[in-house]
Amino acid sequence: MIPGRFEYHRPKSLPEAVALLAKLGEDARPLAGGHSLIPMMKLRMATPEHLVDLAGIADLKGIRHEGGRIVIGAMTTQAELIASADLSAALPILKETALLIADPQVRYVGTLGGNVANGDPGNDMPAVMMALDATYQLAGEKGAREVAAREFYQGAYFTALEPGEMLAAISIPVPPAGHGAAYEKLKRKIGDYATAAAAVVLTKADGRIATCAIALTNVGDTPLLAEEAAHILTGTSADAASLARAIAAAEAITEPATDGRGTAAYRTKMAGIMLERALARALARAAG
Amino acid sequence: MAKVHVSMTVNGDAVEGLVEPRTLLIHFIRENLLLTGAHIGCDTSHCGACTVDLDGKSVKSCTLFAVQAEGASITTIEGMAAPDGTLHALQEGFRMMHGLQCGFCTPGMILRAHRLLLENPDPSEEEIRFGIAGNMCRCTGYQNIVKAIQYAAAKINGVPFQEAAE
Ligand SMILES: Cc1cc2nc3c(=O)[nH]c(=O)nc-3n(C[C@H](O)[C@H](O)[C@H](O)COP(=O)(O)OP(=O)(O)OC[C@H]3O[C@@H](n4cnc5c(N)ncnc54)[C@H](O)[C@@H]3O)c2cc1C
Ligand code: FES
Ligand code: FES
Repeated sequence: MIPGRFEYHRPKSLPEAVALLAKLGEDARPLAGGHSLIPMMKLRMATPEHLVDLAGIADLKGIRHEGGRIVIGAMTTQAELIASADLSAALPILKETALLIADPQVRYVGTLGGNVANGDPGNDMPAVMMALDATYQLAGEKGAREVAAREFYQGAYFTALEPGEMLAAISIPVPPAGHGAAYEKLKRKIGDYATAAAAVVLTKADGRIATCAIALTNVGDTPLLAEEAAHILTGTSADAASLARAIAAAEAITEPATDGRGTAAYRTKMAGIMLERALARALARAAG
Repeated sequence: MAKVHVSMTVNGDAVEGLVEPRTLLIHFIRENLLLTGAHIGCDTSHCGACTVDLDGKSVKSCTLFAVQAEGASITTIEGMAAPDGTLHALQEGFRMMHGLQCGFCTPGMILRAHRLLLENPDPSEEEIRFGIAGNMCRCTGYQNIVKAIQYAAAKINGVPFQEAAE
């Protein structure tokens, strides 16, 4: 399978990329690792006339601390996330999640930016970014702006990105030391998207859940922030009754499709099970 | 649409060509360079038969455009044996341990295992299986592929190869 014809552009700087995207408009798409885009182009599910390859832009790479936040360049690959000792210490959930994505070859090339900007509800990083309350730094012809991950996803392959706009970096508030986080994903095999998956980030104080955020992958048109479930758990000692109520509340917001991964009812149930497991691990990992 | 000039290093040789931007790296390697060791298995980024080493990464060359490899240094199976024909430890391992049957997956397996051993010279069986999880084999059941990689690791590390009890 060979993708349709397109013209290839390789800007060397972010302003150059933004100018190109603005000029070329809807006919152009950024190219990151290409590991979502090229398969879609082979199938003619995407037929861009121009590809703007972001690989030559050094500013889009790397992981840095900025105050209490970690800022990750959009072109940082999943393999680079896994290899970063610094990141593993501050935000272990990113490595845990990256290792559940695809296979080694895909992780060497696939980028965090592409994963979160793609808008495919099957991508794993968006729910994690919602649970962490990350912010996406966007660059466009009209300047830079920030959009919360929790506001970014509007429908399948439909995001807050305006035409001509691109993602430059992902900024994540570092959760306090002693926080507990976990990502649990059910898949049929390595390299499969989630049947259902759940991200949990929480803190404890005096044996009770002090703060809690929960998000779900691939059980709706977008990743889902399970606010009610998190609210139910906050202030509790994570007793069995509260956990059961929270899991039921999370299951209630899912709207999965029936597909090769199972029926809608099964996938909703699996979202609940993944949440149960993620909560158990996050609670075990949290201090306090 | 205008063709684009690409140049890269493949198995130590500087190569160049004119390609359409949509030309996939696997097609450039097989059809322009006539290096047919890397195979097209699935064409959908799943099987790993097209795996080559690119700037220190194992990549599926069916899911990259040749233009993305501009300036890159690539190794394919043709570049694994020594110039005098002496097999690489991995090639020897696949031969000695019967790590292949039809051989279709083998070039991709060897290139992936090559990068795995460079990053982790003494992997456990579990690490080997996780490390080659992007490469499918429809013949062997993987058992002998794992042994072949263990054989190569032992040889590269200069220690005797001990086949694990079944
Ligand atoms: C076999 C296989 C299995 C996979 N399994 C999983 C999985 O289990 N979980 C998972 O999450 N992913 C999975 N993926 C997808 C993989 O993680 C992709 O690499 C990732 O989704 C996209 O990253 P990319 O860098 O390849 O982006 P690309 O494919 O280059 O881009 C994806 C989309 O995002 C846009 N885009 C990219 N970067 C930017 C930017 N900076 N600003 C604005 N728009 C941008 C592109 O225009 C395109 O529309 C799998 C892929 C393969 C091939
Ligand atoms: S041919 Fe490239 S992954 Fe199968
Ligand atoms: S030996 Fe036949 S596919 Fe692996």
